[in-house]
Amino acid sequence: MVRKIIACALMLMAPVIVSAAGGGGHVERANIDISNEANLQRGAKYFVNYCLGCHSAKYVRYNRLAMDLGLTEDQLVDNLMFTGERPFDTMDNAIPDVDSANWFGRTPPDLSLTARARGADWVYSFLRSFYLDPSKPTGTNNLVLPGASMPHVLWDLQGIQEAVYRTETGPDGNPHEVFDRFEIVQPGRLSPEEFDGVASDLAAFLTYISEPVQLERKSLGIKVILFLVVLFLFAFLFKKELWKDVR
Amino acid sequence: MSTSQNEAAQMAGRRQGGFNRWFNKRFPMDKMLREHITEYYASKNLNWWFVFGSLALVVLIIQIVSGIFLTMSYKPAADEAFASVEYIMRDVNWGWLIRYMHSTGASMFFIVVYVHMFRGLMYGSYKSPRELIWIFGMFIYLALAAEAFFGYLLPWGQMSYWGAQVIVSLFGAIPVVGESLVEWIRGDFFISDITLNRFFALHVIALPLVLVGLVAVHIIALHEVGSNNPDGIEIKEKKGPDGIPLDGIPFHPYHTAKDLVAFVAFAIVFAAILFFAPEMGGYFLEHANFEAADPLKTPEHIAPVWYFTPFYAILRAVPDKLGGVILMGSAMILLFFLPWLDRSPVKSVRYRGWMFKLALGVFVISFIVLGFLGTQPATGVYTLLARIFTVLYFAFFLLMPIYTKLDKTKPVPERVTYHG
Repeated sequence: MVRKIIACALMLMAPVIVSAAGGGGHVERANIDISNEANLQRGAKYFVNYCLGCHSAKYVRYNRLAMDLGLTEDQLVDNLMFTGERPFDTMDNAIPDVDSANWFGRTPPDLSLTARARGADWVYSFLRSFYLDPSKPTGTNNLVLPGASMPHVLWDLQGIQEAVYRTETGPDGNPHEVFDRFEIVQPGRLSPEEFDGVASDLAAFLTYISEPVQLERKSLGIKVILFLVVLFLFAFLFKKELWKDVR
Repeated sequence: MSTSQNEAAQMAGRRQGGFNRWFNKRFPMDKMLREHITEYYASKNLNWWFVFGSLALVVLIIQIVSGIFLTMSYKPAADEAFASVEYIMRDVNWGWLIRYMHSTGASMFFIVVYVHMFRGLMYGSYKSPRELIWIFGMFIYLALAAEAFFGYLLPWGQMSYWGAQVIVSLFGAIPVVGESLVEWIRGDFFISDITLNRFFALHVIALPLVLVGLVAVHIIALHEVGSNNPDGIEIKEKKGPDGIPLDGIPFHPYHTAKDLVAFVAFAIVFAAILFFAPEMGGYFLEHANFEAADPLKTPEHIAPVWYFTPFYAILRAVPDKLGGVILMGSAMILLFFLPWLDRSPVKSVRYRGWMFKLALGVFVISFIVLGFLGTQPATGVYTLLARIFTVLYFAFFLLMPIYTKLDKTKPVPERVTYHG
């Protein structure tokens, strides 16, 4: 009978077995660890310094950040809040939407849920994939989001890179150019490894703000499931005992 | 009522305290409990496939309760809906838990109902005298599909919006009245605040009422004729001197104790998804739905939630829009006619021949493959596969009168098989 119950449980899990598709070209693994507070704190620092000027995170409250990232209110106000908000305010951007739409061609999207909609790997790869493209008004293009209206905000950390292409013969027999690698043409303040760390911290931070409760839901889940397993044992033994007299 | 039963009832009445007697004279509480719970006899050989009916009831309750709490914080307005869901996820105490219960519950509802229906197919639970139970059940399934469809618009994400856009526009394929009908459903020229508001009304009031009513009717019909069993034997035909079916045992405490085991096992799976993978890899909560609805930006790939994808694949398998809609509708409607399509003298798969077993296997595989194809872009080989499996899906129903008649059945025993 236990085997049959397991079989039924497996059937209920059927959709898990079919794996989900997703992701675009040139997206690399971010290998983020959101359980590491230091990663998230650094991510928060980069976020308020480099992103929050133009992008909002309008569903995120500053004091929730402080609570989840292990910061005191003073630390929060001194390190992460620069525009006179109160700790219970949400993270709004500094640029009025009308101006940013005029300047960049579109209003920078809110980032509260970007990592949830596109995935941490996408965020990580996007931040690393700006390359020189003189045909664009911003001077750069992005391999992950071609035609991105966002300029390379982190250029002074990463430096400036060029996309290098190689020629390959396609399935139709004609040669065509495919992306090969990036080449730094003007070094930034950080080494490539250090910059990857920044991108991954930002990806971790965006992942955290996309669902703050993910930091605690798993530990609660373990307790709930342990309780249910014990309850299952009792329910099972009770049923077995009760059914003894069924012939 | 026999004399002994009368005496038993009087004994029970004497044992009751003043309030119970007063109450039961005015409302048949004890009588109902006896008829539906303590003296409702179901076969002792019900296997674990038979717990999914109770589980469906449990999920319905989960959905209603979590839904009530969600309604307290949700705002059914185009410019507030998406933000209010995030408000529930972040600022409402335990809001995330309630929301995930509801979103996980929606998909689990369909898993449970699909298994419940499969059990019916396997053991011939739709055959005489249970045709009405099956038909009421099919109405429940349709109401559930409508309920899920209306509910899916409410988070007002990109997939909510464009999914609703695609499904509602299907009605536009109907000749002459199609376009006006679509406008009437939306209440606007496109999916808008007005549409959201009416879908909210339908999702939280109209369809739950219909569902609860249909579930009551489904259960009343079931208790009138009695539950089927894995042997497909009518246990009421072999009764003891006390008028109780020889192979029947009271629903309570026996089957309730068994259902409790199933419920806790189900709760473990439910909790595992809710706490560890609430998005279920993008199948229970689609990634694109974490972006607010934007009427000006069509997503690259629009796919309905997994529980509709088999029918969506059938829709897309037909090059003509109206033809696709008709075929998709027929794929659901045909299920209603099962009791009359099946000409076999036996109910249970245990006593059927190889033809039915093969047909059932092919049908289940078709349903699953179509479900997968519905999540994928309709290109080249996938379209071809969708057409092949659509044909197989329909063959299960349309050829049923033939193969169930030709099929060589085994003799059905007098009493149910049970190894205690």
